[in-house]
This record gives sequence, structure tokens and C-alpha cells, in this order.
Amino acid sequence: MDHEYVIEMNNIRKEFPGIVANDNITLQVKQGEIHALLGENGAGKSTLMNVLFGLYQPEAGQIRVRGEDVSITDPNVANRLGIGMVHQHFMLVQNFTVTENIILGSEPTAGAGTINLKKAEKDVKEISDRYGLRVDPKAKIEDISVGMQQRAEILKTLYRGADILIFDEPTGALTPPEIKELIQIMNNLIGEGKSIILITHKLKEILEVCDRCTVIRRGVGIGTVDVADSTETSLAEMMVGREVSFEVEKEPYQPKETVLSIKDLYVEDSRGVDAVEGLNLDVREGEIVGVAGVDGNGQTELVEALTGLRQAKKGTIHISGENTTSFKPRRVTQTGVGHIPQDRHKHGLVLDFTIGENMLLQTYYEHPFTKNGILNYNTIYEKAKELIEEFDVRTPHEKTMARALSGGNQQKAIIAREVDRSPKLLIAAQPTRGLDVGAIEFIHKKLIEERDKGRGILLVSLELEEVLNVSDRIAVIYEGEIVDIVEASETNEQELGLLMAGGKKEEGEPAT
Amino acid sequence: MSDMIRGRLMNILIPLIAIFLAFLAGAVIMLFSGNDPIQGYAALISGVVGEPYDFGETLMRMTPLIFSGLAVAFAFRTGLLNIGVEGQLIVGWFTSVFVGLIIDVPMIIHLPLAIAAGALAGALWGFVPGILKAKFEVHEVIVTIMMNYIAMHVVNSIIRGQLLESGQRTGFINPSASLESQFLSELTQFSRLHWGFFIAIGACIVMWFILWKTKRGFELRSVGYNKNASLYAGMNVKGNIVASMSISGAFAGVGGAMVGLGTYQYANILPSFTNIGFDGIAVALLGASTSLGIFLAAFLFGGLQQGANMMQAGAGVAPELVEIIIALIIFFVASGYIIRWALGRMFSKKEEK
Repeated sequence: MDHEYVIEMNNIRKEFPGIVANDNITLQVKQGEIHALLGENGAGKSTLMNVLFGLYQPEAGQIRVRGEDVSITDPNVANRLGIGMVHQHFMLVQNFTVTENIILGSEPTAGAGTINLKKAEKDVKEISDRYGLRVDPKAKIEDISVGMQQRAEILKTLYRGADILIFDEPTGALTPPEIKELIQIMNNLIGEGKSIILITHKLKEILEVCDRCTVIRRGVGIGTVDVADSTETSLAEMMVGREVSFEVEKEPYQPKETVLSIKDLYVEDSRGVDAVEGLNLDVREGEIVGVAGVDGNGQTELVEALTGLRQAKKGTIHISGENTTSFKPRRVTQTGVGHIPQDRHKHGLVLDFTIGENMLLQTYYEHPFTKNGILNYNTIYEKAKELIEEFDVRTPHEKTMARALSGGNQQKAIIAREVDRSPKLLIAAQPTRGLDVGAIEFIHKKLIEERDKGRGILLVSLELEEVLNVSDRIAVIYEGEIVDIVEASETNEQELGLLMAGGKKEEGEPAT
Repeated sequence: MSDMIRGRLMNILIPLIAIFLAFLAGAVIMLFSGNDPIQGYAALISGVVGEPYDFGETLMRMTPLIFSGLAVAFAFRTGLLNIGVEGQLIVGWFTSVFVGLIIDVPMIIHLPLAIAAGALAGALWGFVPGILKAKFEVHEVIVTIMMNYIAMHVVNSIIRGQLLESGQRTGFINPSASLESQFLSELTQFSRLHWGFFIAIGACIVMWFILWKTKRGFELRSVGYNKNASLYAGMNVKGNIVASMSISGAFAGVGGAMVGLGTYQYANILPSFTNIGFDGIAVALLGASTSLGIFLAAFLFGGLQQGANMMQAGAGVAPELVEIIIALIIFFVASGYIIRWALGRMFSKKEEK
């Protein structure tokens, strides 16, 4: 082997009309290493990987695979070179089996145009066993957990002979045990001589699994470092370009009156199955109560019932002493509840409205924004401008379409809107999902500021670290019930992890 | 900011290019069918602006098209496809004529009353699919298509059974309900141009005002873009769906009133659909669902319909060719994505140089 690097991308430049997405970026991946590609949202990570995968052609720079100059003109060329991509959003046909998905596009035939499914299943099983993927080749995609779907995606690239695997933000949709499992799988892959590029903005993951790390910031390559010599702080600084604090600073909490009181609440999910079953929880003014739990234990339905988006089946919800159980969303809002929704594109924003219009989405009908049924855009945009300034929303103009803003700034706009209405109770569902370090820091600070102003805050998050750092009390939700409430200062990740698992059998076991 | 300007430019360029390509294709068809395209198009243009009469007839033809275009666009802004403009227009036509026939009061009451009756009938015809969509999630496209047939046959049967005067039509409405204008007619060599044209211009302004200036319009657009976020923001999503379909139907109904009280002064048994409602879909599409765009698109389509006569008389081109051109315009506007893509490449090439 006369080449040191299995992949070299030297001085890559990629432009789009009006912006330079990649400017002189160099990425060199050694044989058998896990190489992290770190950067904030919109830094140019995906663009760089799409160049490597043949979806974009670079304006300048050179790509070498195993020491040889190559020109990757389309994804088929990338496939032939042994480059495989595990996408963030899985590319799977829901009602096909794992095997059917894997052979899609390269089906082994048994003559006369029929597919040799038996052989394919055997091959898939073999690869699955070799790398410890534990995937049932005959299971239908729609029936298996997100973790197993991802492993099916990994299998797909391996089945096609990839030995350089690109993982695009692989842990976003996974539960903590699934993440552990994925890390194990990555190590197995390396053990078998594969190389991995891991695209991420999660620093902990990098420190845990990666050998080296290349950082890009706003399209520019900042450098490559050995992970062994790095700390979370040093990586974050490289990524953001300034010092970042991870410790969320806050005074001890001083709770007062109860602002939210949930008693014996039952809520059905969309299929009519009880997702929340007999849930009890109180939130007081001046405290942050974190709801920790694995995804799908009733968090979404709980939040929807609290905010009026879903009708509770049984039980009561009191907000500031008022029974709001059967209130519609607007009445809940008027009771003094702010809601940062879990999916900002689905619920939080009208993407084709301007950012200014979005900031008044909850209050547009009030005086002085509406007079006699006519909107007063002057006051609307004046108000929006104030909020944009106060919450540091980076937008070229208050009349810019919400769609054009980055995720972090979209989220800031939502938070500005919800906090500004001065609610007594703020319900924040996954407020930092998909955001980068800088934005997360800002949002955590805001939540604590609101707490100190005497508001009650209910924080629902799948990020254990976030719940631990920001909350004052932590309520663990499991199968629609609060199984325990602990003081944040007296617990740790291990204890919470145990409570969250609830002794339940781990999901994703292959059927035996 | 330059992106925003470019976006605007694209929105204007795409319909223009679509029209150009459609006429180009029409020219090719004329060549193949042994006609001279230049002569053909010259005849078409002179059929629109050659004589004051032609121009007056063009404006008369575009009047109901403006309304049907506005009706389609209004529902579309709320995320609804109102294919039932045709039926709403037919009931609006009939109802306004009915009020024009049976009542005899001074014009100042009678005319507004007849127009309002048309609006109400159209609104009712839009309300039904609206409420079915909101309450039971029945798809509005299916219901509106069916409502078209119900409208036509119900109206035909009432005329046939109760109001038949001579041949296939009702009697003439009382002059107090008529939109006829001697002034406009004389101005255009006795074309059928009537006051309805100005009501149509007013309707364009009304739609723009409702959508962009009122609280209700804000909600309608919000529901159209994102139902979930609208629900989250406390808007009455179902109520807005019903409102949108009703208002859309009202626009169509007034369009029908323009035909009944302005152009013909009567209602007749329809052997088939008028197509004014269906053309409204094309008008709204070409006009990008904006008031000004709809006005211009309606002028184009009205002109094409009017000019088609002259193409046959003056250049021997079959009037069906005009139908083909209209179809091609719709085709090219609908493939706006391809034009956008081609323009995008042209722009970026220029910037590289």
C-alpha cells in the first residue's frame, strides 16, 4: 500500500449562485479510521459530501481515492469506487422487506427475470452477522424500529461492496441505547478494514468514536485535528469560532405557586391507542421541569393535549387554576401559555409567510395589529423588528420569507414570539433539535431567564444532557406515565437512563 | 436581496415565455397545415384591436373570465382546488336572471339585488363542498366536479319547466336589473360591452384587499400554506376552509350574473358547460393567482376567443387552432419548472462570464 489516505479531497471549491458553499476545503481520510466532519448547520458539510458522492461537481480541487486521481461524475461512479452513504433520512420503501430494500436496483436474478430472493436473504443475513448488525432480512421496514431501519441502510451500502462509508448525522433519530449500539457497529466495521466519515455536529460523539476530526466553518476548512488531543471546548471553538460555554449557569430555583397541574390524564394517539395513561404532574412558577424519556412514550400526545391540539380522553389539566382540559388552542394561548412546538416546520412556522408575519402568528388578530378586521402591517412589522432585535434573529429583513432563514434563526423567531407573549407557562418541546452549539446556548439561556422572571417552564426533550443541564426537576416519562420525579442536581445520566428504560425489553431485537 | 428580485422576475418571465412558446408552437402548426402564420396572427391581432367593436367584444368576453379566474385563485390561495367554478357560475347566472325577471323595483335596488342573488347562489354552491371537506374530509375536487353537473341539470330543468319563453331560453330581464350600457355599446360600435367590466375590475381589487389586507385573508393564506401551523396558532382551520370555498363560489356567482345581466339579458338551457369556469383555472394559473395577473390573463384569453373569428374569416385558419394555443399556454405554464430550470442555467452562465 503506497498511499496513506483512502480518500483525499484537496482544496475543494464549490459555488452556488451567490454563495461559496465550499472554499478551499481539504479532507484526508486514512485507511481504517473514523473521521469526523464537524461544522454547524449550513457550514457546508453536506455539500462537501455530495461532491464526494458525485451529486455535485466541484469548481476547483482534486479528489483522490486510494491514491489515484478520480473524477466522480455521478453516484454510480462513487458506488464503483466503494463509497457508500448512509443518509440522515432513510431511503427505504416502507412496505418492502429489509432484503427487498437492500437488493433494490441490483436484484440477483434466478433466470427468466425472476428474483432469487432466497440467495439474497442468505447474503444479507451473512453480512448482517459478520458486522453484528442484527437485522432480520425478512422483516418489513414499517414494522421495525428506527435503529434497525438505519442498520438496514448500513447493510445496503455493505451489500453493494462499499468500504468507505459516509454517515450523515446518524444519531439524530436514535434513542440512547440505539446510539450505543451504532457506535459498536462502527467499531466492528473498522475492525473489518472499512473506513468511515461521520458527519455530525455533536461533539460528544466525536470524542467517543472518532480518530481524527476535520472542522469547517461557513464553507471554509478550519483544519484537521487528532481527537485524542482535543476536548469538547476546543472542538466547539473551532466550529463556532469563539468560546462556548457548556455549563449552563443558573441560580438555585425558587418555585412559587403551581401554574400547571395535570391530574390522571389519558390521551389517545392518532391510532386511538392510549399514549398517555394516568399521568400526573405539577409545574410551579419559577421552575423548569424537564420531561425525560425515550421517544414515543407519550411526550408528543402530552404536549398536544396541554396546548389544545389534541383532546384529552380523561383527566384534567389546570393552568393557573383554570380548567383548560377542553380548551381549543387559541383559548389555551389566551390563558397565558407559550408553546415552542417540537416540529418547527410543521407547527411552528408558516414557511411561505415573511418572518415578520410569523412573529405575529399568535397575536395578529389583537389590537393594534388588526383594527376592524383590517391588518395594520405597519404595526405588525414594527413589532417584528423589535423582536428580531431583542432575540438576535439573523435575517436580512423582517419581510424575508421564513423559509430562507437557517434553522437556528427560525427557532429564535418562534421563541421570540412565544416568550414575548409573556405566558405564565412556557411549554418547550425539543427546543434545540437540529440546532448548532451557538443557538443551543442562546436558547438555554433564554429558558433560564424566563424561569428567573417567575414563569413556569415545561421542557420536553429527548436529549438527556439538555434535560439534565437545564431542568430544576426531572420527570421521567415511560409508557405514558410519569414514573419518577427527581431533583436535577441529585441525579445523573445513568440513573435517568435506567428510569427511562423502565425495565422494558429493548426494542429492535430480531424476531427469533 | 438579489435573490428576491430574481424570484420576482422569474414569476413574471415564466408566463410570458409560456405564452411565447405557445404562439411559436401555434405558428409551426399553421405552417404544417398550409397556412401563413404571420397572416394568421395578424388576423388574430386585428380581430382583437382592429375595430372598436372587436375590442369591446374582447372586454365583454374577458369579464366573466376575470371572475372565474378570481374564484379559482381565491380557493387556491387557501390550498383548495375549486373545479366547481363552472357550476357556481351557472347557478349565479340563473339566480341573478331569475331575480331580474320576477321582481320589478327601481334599478338602484334591483340591480344590486340581482347581482347579490347571483353571489349568494354561487356561495351556496361553494359552501357545500367546503363544509363536506371541513367536516368529513371529502375531497373538494370530486364534490365540485359533481356539483357542476347538478348545477347545469337543475338549472336546465327549472328553465325548461317553469321559465321557458322562446325556444331554449327565458324571457328578457327587466331593464332595471340590466347591466347594459348604451354609452359603452355606442363607444364600441354597438358591441355587447356592459358595465360588468368595471365591476370585474372592482372584484380584482376586492380579492387583493381581502387576501392581503384583512385578518380573514391572513388566516386564509395561512391555512393554505400550512394547516398544522394555523391550527397551532389558534385559527379555525375548518371555518376558513368553508369560508374560502363560499367566497370563491361568490366570485364565480357574480361572474355568472355578469353573463346573465350583462351579455345576454336572459338564461338559456345549456346543451353543455359554458367552459367559462374551466377557463378560469387556466386564467388563474397563468395569472399566478394574483389580481393583476388574472386581469391580464383574462384579457389574453378573451382576446384569443374573440380574435379566433377573424383568424378564420381573414386568414382561413381554423378557430380550433386558438383552442390549441390556449391548451399549449396552459401546458407551458404548467411546465414552468422546466422554464425556471432553463432560465436558472442561463442566469448562472451569465454570472460566470
